[in-house]
Amino acid sequence: MLSSKTKILQLIVTLSACAFLLVPTILSVMAGVTANYFKGISSGLTLKWIYRVWELYADSIFLSLWLAFACLICTLIIGLPAAYGLARNPGWLSRLLEEFISLPLAVPGLALALALLQLYGSMKGFRASWTFILVGHVLYTLPFMVRSILAVLGAMDLKTLEEGAATLGASPWQRFRDIVVPNAMPGILAGALTVVTLSIGEFNLTWMLHTPYLKTLPVGLADSYASMRLEIASAYTLVFFVLIVPLLMAMQWASARAQRIAK
Amino acid sequence: MSNRTFIMACLAPLLVFSLAFLALPLVRLFLASGEGDAGWAIYLDILRKPRYLNTLILTVLVSLATTFAALAVSTTAGMFLVRNRFRGRGTLLSVLTLPLAFPGVVVGFLIILLGGRQGLVNQLTPNHVVFAYSALGLFLGYLYFSIPRVLLTVMAAAEKLDPSLEEAARTMGASPYRVVVDVILPGLMPSLIASGAIAFATAMGAFGTAFTLATDIDVIPMVIYTEFTLSANIAMAAALSIVLGIITWILLLIARSLSGSTVAAGG
Repeated sequence: MLSSKTKILQLIVTLSACAFLLVPTILSVMAGVTANYFKGISSGLTLKWIYRVWELYADSIFLSLWLAFACLICTLIIGLPAAYGLARNPGWLSRLLEEFISLPLAVPGLALALALLQLYGSMKGFRASWTFILVGHVLYTLPFMVRSILAVLGAMDLKTLEEGAATLGASPWQRFRDIVVPNAMPGILAGALTVVTLSIGEFNLTWMLHTPYLKTLPVGLADSYASMRLEIASAYTLVFFVLIVPLLMAMQWASARAQRIAK
Repeated sequence: MSNRTFIMACLAPLLVFSLAFLALPLVRLFLASGEGDAGWAIYLDILRKPRYLNTLILTVLVSLATTFAALAVSTTAGMFLVRNRFRGRGTLLSVLTLPLAFPGVVVGFLIILLGGRQGLVNQLTPNHVVFAYSALGLFLGYLYFSIPRVLLTVMAAAEKLDPSLEEAARTMGASPYRVVVDVILPGLMPSLIASGAIAFATAMGAFGTAFTLATDIDVIPMVIYTEFTLSANIAMAAALSIVLGIITWILLLIARSLSGSTVAAGG
């Protein structure tokens, strides 16, 4: 054990870090339900700012939920078979492909959005539709889905399982459906929650890809920070917290579970 | 359908998607960077023109400060949480990882609530302290989203450290300071370098936080944004994006080879 003095110092640092992260969050929640933030909490508690946010920004909330759902479907359709393909076909080519699709984790969203705009910006119909934002979200979240499933598949003896099924006459498709998918479930769940959480919170790409008629929740947040009174901005942030914090907790739980299984 | 064809068919959607929306756009972005008046010399302009060079230096400095501050705070807190079991530990851990899912804009807003014109510090201090829109505000914003990322990586490594090594060092008469410097830090080094690289790369590329806070100062992502939208200097925006992308990509490659963790560089 370290000496108690060192321990107290560690505790102080830990608590200060917690305070630094938590205090502004609490301030924001309070400001969202205070009648007049400048006068303080004595001006009374109210839900009127939340109602205002609903009037002003309900569209952005629904668009974000819809995009997250569509993004989840796309990453499942592309990512699940891809993870299986990568797991069954290990080698430098698969490593390279995995590395390449992971680029959006490393390259700032701003740069990716510029690249998409350079190539597809002139296709007006595509540029102005919600599918353009969807492409950005899929690009950004796909590596999480693929890696999450790949980690679970990589930990089990897929080849032996499949050979067993194959000798019993199962076709590749049957083996995929009856062996791979059920076994990959923890990875799929963790990946799905990560995709939804990240999609709802995505700003860097979306800010460049959105149009004035298509605002997502984080885009609306940026908009309210720049042009609305502090109480409305805070109430909007509160709505975002209510949406994202349970998702984040579910995501952490599912990821820890998938990691345990992968070991 | 044979096995081989089935596996190839499984990879096909991924190949098509990443070719159409990742490979080709990046090639286009690279070509666009050379299409300005300066041609390919535009990459030299980044170093030659004071506006870009100064911005690059400021971005690197703020990111470095963030990295070291996050490493110091998160390693201390991480070691404490790994080595001690007590009531409320889970709550502390939840609070410290909460910001993982906050977009950069929200982090920026939280810093405004701390240090903006209507912020907490301004209300508590007599002589109107507003720091949200300065380099300090940006630093605190970056620190806010770096703490959880570094913490998770360091804690994963600290779980694997063998406490008996520290015990041995202490029985042989090492001071707590020497135990930290000679036993704990070397053991954590790979994860410290990895999480440091992640924090640095994230801070370099952070757009959302800079978007809300950097109204008076310039950092690279903001310059890319203004070059593209206000000046319509697409070649420079593309060139800066390429340079920034290569820097953050290499850093995260180093991080991953050392710790194998997947952390998004959003912010």
